[in-house]
Amino acid sequence: MATTTTENAVDFDRVGLTFANGTTALTDVSLRIRKGEFVSIVGPSGCGKSTLLRIASGLSAATAGQCDVARSHVGYVFQDATLLPWRTALRNVELFGELSGARSDKAARKAAAKRTLDEVGLAGFEDHLPHQLSGGMRMRVSLARSLTIEPDLFLFDEPFGALDEITRDRLNDLVFDLFLEHGFAGMFVTHSVREAVAMSTRVVVMTGRPGSIIEEFEVPFGENRGPELRESPEFADLVARVGHSLRGASVV
Amino acid sequence: MSAPIPPRLRTALITTAPPLAVLGGALVGWYLISYLGLSPERRFLLPPPHEVVTEGFLNPAAGPAIATALLQTAIVAAVGLLVAFVVGVLWAVTMSQARWAERSLFPYAVVLQCIPILALVPLVGFWFGFGFSARVIVCALMALFPIVSNTLFGLRSVDVRMRELFALQRASRWQVLVQLEAPAALPAVFAGLRISAGLAVVGAIVADFFFRQGTPGIGTVISRYQALAQGAPLFAAIIAAALLGIIVFALFGWLGRRAVGSWSGEEG
Repeated sequence: MATTTTENAVDFDRVGLTFANGTTALTDVSLRIRKGEFVSIVGPSGCGKSTLLRIASGLSAATAGQCDVARSHVGYVFQDATLLPWRTALRNVELFGELSGARSDKAARKAAAKRTLDEVGLAGFEDHLPHQLSGGMRMRVSLARSLTIEPDLFLFDEPFGALDEITRDRLNDLVFDLFLEHGFAGMFVTHSVREAVAMSTRVVVMTGRPGSIIEEFEVPFGENRGPELRESPEFADLVARVGHSLRGASVV
Repeated sequence: MSAPIPPRLRTALITTAPPLAVLGGALVGWYLISYLGLSPERRFLLPPPHEVVTEGFLNPAAGPAIATALLQTAIVAAVGLLVAFVVGVLWAVTMSQARWAERSLFPYAVVLQCIPILALVPLVGFWFGFGFSARVIVCALMALFPIVSNTLFGLRSVDVRMRELFALQRASRWQVLVQLEAPAALPAVFAGLRISAGLAVVGAIVADFFFRQGTPGIGTVISRYQALAQGAPLFAAIIAAALLGIIVFALFGWLGRRAVGSWSGEEG
């Protein structure tokens, strides 16, 4: 893989997207995410923040500007866990390895999948089918599945929106730990400011119609996150400032 | 308090008692018509249930003949269903691979559904003889459409996110078909098979009415008792044919639950 001095995992350069029907979803979005950064994108519904992820992953193509991504190792977690219902948790985690067609031996792949499930806190649930797991657990399986491809860039499309707050907090902490451990660049789309601040190194606020970036916030909390941080006044203060910016963006 | 009923027995009672009550009511109605509605000389039109048993099923001149014919019908229907399954699944998979293939081929699935198969049966006889293969083809024609349409529906039912997930991993078309579409289609395929299995039995019986060569099936037996105006054996043969249909329907329901019940949420 080409290594540049800046180590950009994603580089959006004045990206725009106009659909065939004339609707402009995104306009003039410039955003760089370096390795070792975890960037959350918050914005009102329909502001095109998910579209940005789709462009980064290659599922959609920009109609203006340029988006550079090294696409060999991109993890992607959708709003739903998107597990195959007929496969056990372990076999779901093995899926990407199977699809890559690498003739690696089955035992090694299985062992790796098992290790990854342990890492997301699902040791002992290897043989459970998705419908036997809770929503949070299914998301953990989904995270594990993407981890097996050792992503350089990990894209999250509002993955925890349907979960209760406690489960969501735990998964935020898990994702942040995985980020520290694996060193991928993270790009996380959400409409929860709290979630964005808790697990990011930078928060980007977008406005809608057409989608563009209006403000960016550095998150100065370093590597020690978790429940204590969420109760601190600094945390509340930053959430308030981002929230204020977001409310400005949401005025229709 | 009365003695508690074990939950399993309770569920069994709840599911079996209502249909049994209906059956009981039907039998009572049957007796009433047979004994009160019909004069003794016309009673052969609807012989009472116990006569159907004694003079039909237990009659050494009728019972064994019905059983043999029923087995033959089951074999014809099974082979016909197998042919319909293979042809139908290939047809549906071909259509699922490209929109132009679907546009080209789906109208003919609809045509197959719309033309009266009964009108085709004599033609099938002319072309393929009046024996085993013609009967199998009639069964397959009857059974084909539900398999084609259900399999196609199942293959197409895959969630768009799942498709994107596979696209992001650069999965080949073959991988998408085998790892994603085929398993996702299984519940629909089994629902189609269940309908088609019953239709295949009907097809085998219909074919018997038209084709006089080859081993006779239950349809042949029915038409013979009909010609001879033998009420009790006729009813016995019809009930046997219906039972075969019910057994086949139940069998495929059970197979479907065995195959996909653990993950499709149709457990139980």
